[in-house]
Amino acid sequence: MSKVAANGGGGGNKDQIPVVVGGSSSSSGGGLRYPSNGKTIYHRPINRSKTTELSQASFAYLFSEMVSYAQRRVTGIQELEKRLNLQGHPIGLKLLDLLLIREPPRSQTRPLNIITLLHFLKNNLWTHLFGRQADKLEKSLNSEVPDQYMIYDNEPLVNAYVSVPREMNSLNCAAFVAGIIEGVCDGACFPATVTAHSVGGKEEGEMWPEKTVFVIAFQPEVLERESLIGKG
Amino acid sequence: MSYYFAIIGTQDNPLFEYEFGTSKQGGDGQPRFTEQARHLNQFILHSSLDIVEEVQWTNGQLYLKVIDKFFNNYISCFMTGSNTKFLLLHQPTAGPASSATGATTTSSSSSSRNSTSVGANPTSPQTEEAIKNFFTEVYENYTKAIMSPFYKVNMEIRSPIFRQRVAAAGRKYL
Repeated sequence: MSKVAANGGGGGNKDQIPVVVGGSSSSSGGGLRYPSNGKTIYHRPINRSKTTELSQASFAYLFSEMVSYAQRRVTGIQELEKRLNLQGHPIGLKLLDLLLIREPPRSQTRPLNIITLLHFLKNNLWTHLFGRQADKLEKSLNSEVPDQYMIYDNEPLVNAYVSVPREMNSLNCAAFVAGIIEGVCDGACFPATVTAHSVGGKEEGEMWPEKTVFVIAFQPEVLERESLIGKG
Repeated sequence: MSYYFAIIGTQDNPLFEYEFGTSKQGGDGQPRFTEQARHLNQFILHSSLDIVEEVQWTNGQLYLKVIDKFFNNYISCFMTGSNTKFLLLHQPTAGPASSATGATTTSSSSSSRNSTSVGANPTSPQTEEAIKNFFTEVYENYTKAIMSPFYKVNMEIRSPIFRQRVAAAGRKYL
């Protein structure tokens, strides 16, 4: 996700801001609307070379600020996770198009069913954000909630430097990533609720203490459509 | 040959509109819609959104080709990943000059348009390819537009540079 910030924050805003500055700066050619070197985001290539990555330290610093920003005036852990989720949501909506356009033309297809969407998340989204695929994809075996899907990440990048205090042990800051996933699902017309839960750290000497599961619960209309498409 | 291009958001709300004419076969790139047809075009595009919703779940491609036809108006569609629609209304001028909309009678004067011109036959592979190239280029610029951190989904695209880019793509391919 560090790449996203770089791509979006680099210079994209310059031509999108409606001129609200009254008077001097808007009347001249320069000002807020046009950058001084004449280059807007439209002049930049949409593809990135494979090696452009940002440092994890700077991302961790930014992320810690995002968490403390979200933590202001919240009443509980649920609300904090909700806010982190909301911070990620618009990123997911935008990433969907960016990832599709970076695909080679032959495999540029919109996900039409849940399975292709989940594979898109596990492979494309994870590789873009974290440089590797997600660790596991599962369908809920619980017969009461048959339409839940799980994506496992053994050591989420966002939690690398997060230590959760004991009294908040149900908090998982990967709610931010859950928000991104939710954004992708919503954007692709698969409205869903995505939550992040820690599942590791229960026993001593475990291999992945930071293991996190992202539970994706699709809305009933998605499943209804899925059954209709399957028939046709 | 005149074109009317619109980007439609996920709530069926218009995000961007642009009218232009062909630049191939000596065209001057100016649209030849009558005042009445210009208003009608918006209705035609809007009504074709129903068909888009039917087609989008049967075909996972981004480019859905010609999806709708209203008298002499053909509508090509391109779906982005995030469910934004690019719709292009094109109106071939070859053939009887009076379509039901009564539009484009002025452009019938130019004799250079023949059956080989892009768009004279709206469903030919050449035309489909040209429109696809146009859409692909717009898609790239659209993606750049939404990368702006100040852009939220379904916001109108007002950037003059985006408009220039769409115009350039229209000149290049259509």
